[in-house]
Amino acid sequence: MDKMPKWADVVLIPLISLVLAAILSALVILAIGEDPVAAVKMMVTGALGSTYGWGYTLYYATNFLFTGLAVAVAFHARMFNIGGEGQAMLGGLGVALVCLYIPWPHWTIALVFAALGAALFGAAWAAIPAYLQAKRGSHIVITTIMFNFIAAAVLNYVLVNVLKPAGAMDPATARFAETVHLPSLHELLAPFGIAFSKSAPANVSLLVAVAACFAVWLLIWRTRLGYEIRAYGHSEPGALYAGISPVKIIMISMLISGGLAGMMAINNVMGEAERLVLNSTEGAGFIGIAVALMGRNHPFGVFLAAILFGFLYQGGAELALWTSIPRELIVVIQALVILFTGALDNMVRMPLEKLFLALRKEKV
Amino acid sequence: MDALTIIQVLDSTVRLATPLLLACLAGLFSERAGIFDIGLEGKMLMAAFLSAAVAAVTGNVWLGLLSGIASSLVLAGLHGVASITFRGNQLISGVAINFLAAGMTVLIAQDWFQQGGRTPSLLAEGRFGGIELPFAIGPSDAAAAGRPLSELIGEAGMFQQIYSELLSGHSILVYAAFLCVPLTWWVLFRTRFGLRLRAVGENPAAVDTAGVSVVGLRFAAVAICGLLCGIAGAYLATALQAGFVKDMTAGRGFIALAALIFAKWRPWHAMGACLLFGLLQAVALRFQNIELGSITIPVQVMDALPYILTVVILAGFVGKAIPPRAGGEPYVKER
Repeated sequence: MDKMPKWADVVLIPLISLVLAAILSALVILAIGEDPVAAVKMMVTGALGSTYGWGYTLYYATNFLFTGLAVAVAFHARMFNIGGEGQAMLGGLGVALVCLYIPWPHWTIALVFAALGAALFGAAWAAIPAYLQAKRGSHIVITTIMFNFIAAAVLNYVLVNVLKPAGAMDPATARFAETVHLPSLHELLAPFGIAFSKSAPANVSLLVAVAACFAVWLLIWRTRLGYEIRAYGHSEPGALYAGISPVKIIMISMLISGGLAGMMAINNVMGEAERLVLNSTEGAGFIGIAVALMGRNHPFGVFLAAILFGFLYQGGAELALWTSIPRELIVVIQALVILFTGALDNMVRMPLEKLFLALRKEKV
Repeated sequence: MDALTIIQVLDSTVRLATPLLLACLAGLFSERAGIFDIGLEGKMLMAAFLSAAVAAVTGNVWLGLLSGIASSLVLAGLHGVASITFRGNQLISGVAINFLAAGMTVLIAQDWFQQGGRTPSLLAEGRFGGIELPFAIGPSDAAAAGRPLSELIGEAGMFQQIYSELLSGHSILVYAAFLCVPLTWWVLFRTRFGLRLRAVGENPAAVDTAGVSVVGLRFAAVAICGLLCGIAGAYLATALQAGFVKDMTAGRGFIALAALIFAKWRPWHAMGACLLFGLLQAVALRFQNIELGSITIPVQVMDALPYILTVVILAGFVGKAIPPRAGGEPYVKER
């Protein structure tokens, strides 16, 4: 017998956790001498009050969709992939190589191959920690974190010594060709007569990200492989007994995870910057952890959580611009969300379970 | 490369190994009691910030150290509540603590000092100075002779060089950190508390049956972990460097965890592992571009070297490391 109805588990607990995180964040804002109500108002108008704000919110949400899905897929196999940041950096390298060295006739073809390149590079960067976990038992949390640091060094080297155009000062690649320019939401919505801000960076990769959500749902709940991944995540001995190879599941789930994290680069590198710069990921790989936990590792939950964090990220940028609240506020909120939805889950769950049990007894 | 250069590299090895060693011993206590702690990094960062901030405001480095330890203990308490009381996922709790520290330090630093998320540079009183051991050549001799210290040491004999450069002149926290190694060994392997602490990481049910509180022991271990992380963070900001800068721990907490696995959760081996990682960092700092014949090793490789070695060591090319058996699992008392 379940201790409480499913809707409470899926909706109520994340909601209460979110409210707790919000209250603590408001206290933090109060403590640094700003008005939380005014701050929330500013965040809402800045992120949702105009198509310009929405364009940024959706742009960030696209990043978090990819990284959140990446963490969620790994979580289903009970792997904790903290390496999304590094995998997304390498994904950017894949996109840059595809876009710089091949003359594409049209952006649609370029997008397909850039996504492939990004996924390939991201997956490759996840492959080594995955192999070490599967074969040698090296703790995947520590190795993926180390690979984040190594990815930063690799990217630095490649940008400074290899890809930087001769004579350029800043460590970045040349601009991509005009033909690989991805249409922004402004260009996509114009034929339908919908006016959307011209300068906002949200672009066609948003649709790719939504498609990825659907694909992950299919994979996890509608395929044999997804079943094996979930079975392994629930119980390693059980999966072993059913003839599921742990090495195979760890490798495949981490490769998919790394590939998804890497695909974020079609949004931020190809869609927005149109060249590869240092620190193009801006911590999106880490936010993916909060997004996955918040979304209960379900693609639809990840979708909602990604929009929420897109709003927080854009709102936080507005706050940093107009008040003395620095951008790091979003890191604090992210930490609180991870804490409440991930680690302190039982703190919210146990009283709720008691409440529902008591309610049920009264009925009987 | 002459002998003095080697001695100087070893000297900075000791300096750089100290925070790793403190964090590693912190992790040792926690993991021996069955609580995984990915949050060493965050606790160090928080302590680094608060110790530097308090030292900058009050001008008293000891007050700084105490507040650093206090902030680290608060985060340790949070980890304890999440992973012991509410039996949450210890990895996720640690990750949350890391982000919390990364965000809060910059947020508070910006609010207090308006210097872009750093603390003001610490003057001499706000830092832990070097201790001159007897008969060593130190700054006082240099002042008396009116010549630079490096010249005096360069002229001295080999043993005097080793003694003055390598052993003397460190801050008190360095000596304390290395004294913690035998102390940890003694506490863990020669006291009743240590025996119970190790037992609780291997088989908490047995400890419970014997009538000893599992929760109490684990909280004690987490508190010791917080204390040591606090000292490590304070050392970073007030002794190794003069002030706090954003993300100054730079993955040291994770490297310490790798050293802990390399050392197979044993204190003396932990010291060896941390010295090895310290040596690597010292070499990377000193030789930013190594030329081997016609090939120049780029600076990025040297920067990434400690991280690469961490992965190599974790890959277990050094034999199998078996963690404490109940590590990472919350204990549920039978009803």
